[in-house]
Amino acid sequence: MIPAAFEYHAPASLDDATALLARLGEEAKILSGGQSLIPLMKLRLSSPPHVVDINGIPGLSYIREADGVLAIGALTRESELEESEIVRARYPLLHDTCKVIADPLVRNLATIGGNLAHADPANDHPATMLALGAEVVARGPSGQRRLPIASFFTGPFETALAPGELLVEIRIPAPAARSGGAYFKLERKVGDFATAAVAAQLTLRSDGAVEQAGIALTNVGLTPIKAVQAETSLRGKRLDDATIAQAARLASAASEPAADLRGSVAYKKDLVRVLTGRALRKAAERADRRR
Amino acid sequence: MTPRTSLDVGGMGHSIKRKEDPRFIRGKGTYVDDVQLPGMLWLDIVRSPHAHAKIVKIDTAAALATPGVLAVITGQDLAKYNLHWMPTLMSDTQMVLPVDKVMYQAQEVAAVLATSRYAAADGAAAVTVEYEPLPVVVDPKKALEPGAPVLRTDKKDKKDNHIWHWEWGDRAATDRAMAEADVTVKQDIYIPRIHVASIETCGCVAHFDKVNDKLTVWMTTQAPHAIRTVFALVAGHVGLQEHKIRIISPDIGGGFGGKVPVYPGYVIAVAASVLTGKPVKWIEDRMENLQADSFARDYHITAELAAKKDGTLTALRIKTLADHGYTDAAANPSKFPAGLFHVCTGSYDLKAAHVEVDGVYTNKPPGGIAYRCSFRVTEAVHTIERMVDLMAHQLGQDPAQFRLQNFVKPEQFPYKSALGWEYDSGNYGGALLKAMEQIDYARLRKEQQEKRQRGQLMGIGISSFTEIVGAGPSKHFDILGLKMFDSCEIRIHPTGKAIARFGTKSQGQGHETTYAQILAEELGIPARDIQVEEGDTDTAPYGLGTYASRSTPVAGAAAAVAARKVRDKARKIAAHLMEVAEQDLEWEPGKFSVKGAPDKFKTIQDIAFAAYTNHPQGLEAGLEAVSYYDPPNLTYPFGSYICVVDIDAGTGEVKVRRFVAIDDCGNIINPMIVQGQIHGGLTMGLAPALYEEISYDDNGNIQGGSFIDYLLPTAVETPKWETGHTVTPSPHHPLGAKGVGESATVGAPAAIANAVVDALWHLGVRHIDIPITPAKVWKVLREKGVTE
Amino acid sequence: MRVQLSINGEKHEADVEPRLLLVHLIRDVLRLTGTHIGCDTTHCGACTVLLEGRPVKSCTMFAVQANGKSLMTVEGLEQDGKLHPLQEGFMAEHGLQCGYCTPGMLMTGYAFLGKHPTPTEDEIRVAISGNLCRCTGYVNIVKAVQHAAATLREGAAR
Ligand SMILES: Cc1cc2nc3c(=O)[nH]c(=O)nc-3n(C[C@H](O)[C@H](O)[C@H](O)COP(=O)(O)OP(=O)(O)OC[C@H]3O[C@@H](n4cnc5c(N)ncnc54)[C@H](O)[C@@H]3O)c2cc1C
Ligand code: FES
Ligand code: FES
Repeated sequence: MIPAAFEYHAPASLDDATALLARLGEEAKILSGGQSLIPLMKLRLSSPPHVVDINGIPGLSYIREADGVLAIGALTRESELEESEIVRARYPLLHDTCKVIADPLVRNLATIGGNLAHADPANDHPATMLALGAEVVARGPSGQRRLPIASFFTGPFETALAPGELLVEIRIPAPAARSGGAYFKLERKVGDFATAAVAAQLTLRSDGAVEQAGIALTNVGLTPIKAVQAETSLRGKRLDDATIAQAARLASAASEPAADLRGSVAYKKDLVRVLTGRALRKAAERADRRR
Repeated sequence: MTPRTSLDVGGMGHSIKRKEDPRFIRGKGTYVDDVQLPGMLWLDIVRSPHAHAKIVKIDTAAALATPGVLAVITGQDLAKYNLHWMPTLMSDTQMVLPVDKVMYQAQEVAAVLATSRYAAADGAAAVTVEYEPLPVVVDPKKALEPGAPVLRTDKKDKKDNHIWHWEWGDRAATDRAMAEADVTVKQDIYIPRIHVASIETCGCVAHFDKVNDKLTVWMTTQAPHAIRTVFALVAGHVGLQEHKIRIISPDIGGGFGGKVPVYPGYVIAVAASVLTGKPVKWIEDRMENLQADSFARDYHITAELAAKKDGTLTALRIKTLADHGYTDAAANPSKFPAGLFHVCTGSYDLKAAHVEVDGVYTNKPPGGIAYRCSFRVTEAVHTIERMVDLMAHQLGQDPAQFRLQNFVKPEQFPYKSALGWEYDSGNYGGALLKAMEQIDYARLRKEQQEKRQRGQLMGIGISSFTEIVGAGPSKHFDILGLKMFDSCEIRIHPTGKAIARFGTKSQGQGHETTYAQILAEELGIPARDIQVEEGDTDTAPYGLGTYASRSTPVAGAAAAVAARKVRDKARKIAAHLMEVAEQDLEWEPGKFSVKGAPDKFKTIQDIAFAAYTNHPQGLEAGLEAVSYYDPPNLTYPFGSYICVVDIDAGTGEVKVRRFVAIDDCGNIINPMIVQGQIHGGLTMGLAPALYEEISYDDNGNIQGGSFIDYLLPTAVETPKWETGHTVTPSPHHPLGAKGVGESATVGAPAAIANAVVDALWHLGVRHIDIPITPAKVWKVLREKGVTE
Repeated sequence: MRVQLSINGEKHEADVEPRLLLVHLIRDVLRLTGTHIGCDTTHCGACTVLLEGRPVKSCTMFAVQANGKSLMTVEGLEQDGKLHPLQEGFMAEHGLQCGYCTPGMLMTGYAFLGKHPTPTEDEIRVAISGNLCRCTGYVNIVKAVQHAAATLREGAAR
């Protein structure tokens, strides 16, 4: 499995990169961790005439918490997220997520920016970012802009990034007190994409009722799905069995899976229900611990 | 067994470190793709996207214009030399490259020869082929319906897709026993297509030396000698003669049966090298490996088992459709088109049995090879072990007790099975009782009951298998007429070191170590002083190769016999040296001493030296021997496995919590290696039980044709195997040993499947076909009203 | 394109096409054939090498991306004729059979032990879950890593 020939570019700055991308247009593909792009090129499912390697651009790899926001540079590797103490201690949903992406070797190269920008509905970060209410920072030839994640995924493998724009940063609101999250993924084996997965993020009030809920679904539709009705159903309620079951049903109803080797439509919809219940319970348990 | 030799000598029973490891742990093995010759060319293959289609046109212009591309080889080109078809191991025929139509998706259509790996790939991508799709037949049942499109239009008088009918056993007696039975159970069992997927794929470097007319092929083959003969028979008419063909099987990155057949890629590479006079390398990629190389299994089985009210099993009846793809390229002994499937009465004393198998053509790649399993034995074991479990549950009996009641008893050996096999030795109850004790069976059953009360799903599964390995007695076993003996040639050097060469070929089993240990045992020469070589047909004695767990039973026996020949001569030399009569000498590993005067002795090293420096008059100099061993019978390893599973009622996931494997392979040569073989075999039993399957959609498109969907278990899915053994020596093997490489693959799937059904029996579940995926279990659970 | 890189402490230079995969640079051009290839889809880990100390799949990187970087392959484990404890562990515990996955396993294990001197069995299993082995069933690979961990700890204590 040999990729087709291409021209290689390694810009040393963001400005060079955006200028290059603007010039090359559709002809170019951005190479970040390469863990989605290179397999596609080896199978010749993608044969871009130009490859723009952004790994040589300094200052795109960081995990910083400041001013109520966790800012993550696009080139941050999954393994760096996994090893990050801030992420482990304060963003359990994100920690859960990066641990179940691909396998440990792939995670040493795969980047969070690439995971979101690739917009594969099977990728895990998109749902997590939807549940967390993140923002992405895009940088183009004419400057920088912020986009809410909810408007980022426009279709399978399609995002709101304009041609020539780079995703440079992901911004996650710092968790309020009594917040917690969890990611539940069913995969057939390590290294597999999700049969279905659910990201849940909760903030509880002091009386235990739900202040805010984020629920999003992986690989059960053409894009990652924000289960809005399920989220709304929880607001102001205490998390008893009935409330959780109700939210799980609504999340399941929001899913639009297709049948494939991983299972039937009915199976995947039911998995969303089961996994939503488990994710909410775990998220609540974690929120409870973080008073 | 306490070893007879010291650890320093390292004979049988010692877990000495492997002799092959020092090169592997340094990355210094030589696998086929590591061979790089000056001026070497590369071959890449264009494959069909269609499962059945007429080839209208192959346009090679763009490919030929690609930099580095030298030629595009098509079926028409090979037809000029009558090399476009080749025989299969089952005397069917298989295309090397097609001239008029393709018969399965991913079939070879053309080959591109280029100056580099990358140029060859570019060339292959640039070939355009125009196809006219033909109706596709994927379901073997539909393939047999009247009016189904006939696939093998190349065969003049073929009017249907039926390949052969084969039956064995006493039909009338079986029918009678079935009719008279108090209880019968009947079950359809499908054993899917799977693929051995050794981590190294297949490939070769073919080098035809035009000056000397000599062809050398480095290739991933488990049977180099047989391959040499096949090449000579198939290509004799284009000038390849057997003495001018050298097959070298270098280090092999796993075989498991997948490296027995001759694949078209090898033949094309050889043809390309003969035409150009340059070395040509062909290495398939993983997707080609999974999509086009021979598969295993694909048996559609219907089984019926009969018993008396008291639980005594009486009879077994089996009907099977064997999906062979578009050609019967199974690797079976010629006389047995369904392999040794008729060992399906297993470990049980049945009075009557009858088996029928029908081979069918479909639009799929050819095969019917092993998956770390001796000739269809997994199919047999899976069937009988599932059926016995069904019967036990049906009768409300404990599956362990039920097995103990019905086993062939130790005093019945040698035991003639209802289907005519003569089992050499066994103690089935011993192995099962040991497994039950090791896993604490009684406590597990209690735990299961308690969990069931709480609605938790836990199952315990047993498999008490009997294997049949070591083909084989040459009166019954041959491949393409070549009798299934195997060989060993030993030469002892003057300084007492030795070289031994074999007709087999290790693919990870550690032959360099175990064979040296057998010789150390027999000759007392330390294993480290014995160089073992295999896989080069110019130097090694003829043999049929390594598969079907036959190396220890056959080549291992040849080693013992050859060593004993060496010893006979050594005795003569020792008698000469010590000036005593031969019968006054006593052998213990490493030396001959004079009876009654133990301090008067000559070591094997002394004797070896004398063989070249001071041999008795009238005796030839030198100390060497050859044995071509033809086993009097097969060996019948066995074992009992017990598995505990927990089932997630929400997701349908099955988790193997514990797995205890008690194996009996007779006398053990290297316990460490045997245990390693069992660990590996168990993992290749887990894989098809829960994860692996290759299937086809209605259009013949392969599903599971890459590692994205063909799910090899990682260390995370694989349980921590618990092993143990009993020792029941083979009475006819010179060392009392039996084969072991495949036992675990054969026995494990049934234990897992039985455990899952055991967990769900109370819900009314009777059977689930492997692989038991979460999706399948979920469906069954929801049908039975179980949910989270 | 010209690439310069260091492998096992030795400087190498080569002229390559941008599309040349790192694994092919290592194997076919520089002839370090201990690093293997077992798949097309980044699943098997037979091609694992260390890139700046982290194990990565060299079949899923272009050689040009390694320009100026420092790599380590299985050939770099043995130092001054002395085997690394992991290599000893694999031999002692029978952690290999056909040997094809072994170089990848060794490289993953090497990086892992650098960060986890006292690993649990589960941690080891997760760490090697990007490396497939078809022969051993993993049990003895886990033991081999534990064996090496113990040797390394003893060495550190001394
Ligand atoms: C065996 C295997 C298993 C996997 N399993 C999972 C899994 O379970 N879950 C999961 O989520 N992922 C999985 N992946 C995918 C992996 O996480 C990828 O790394 C990820 O999808 C893409 O990240 P990357 O950095 O490798 O991006 P690349 O492959 O470099 O890029 C992918 C595409 O994203 C775009 N892109 C990348 N970076 C930017 C940027 N900064 N700005 C704009 N566009 C950009 C480009 O168009 C590029 O073509 C798996 C991959 C493999 C090989
Ligand atoms: S070759 Fe399989 S992951 Fe690299
Ligand atoms: S030892 Fe053969 S693949 Fe691991």
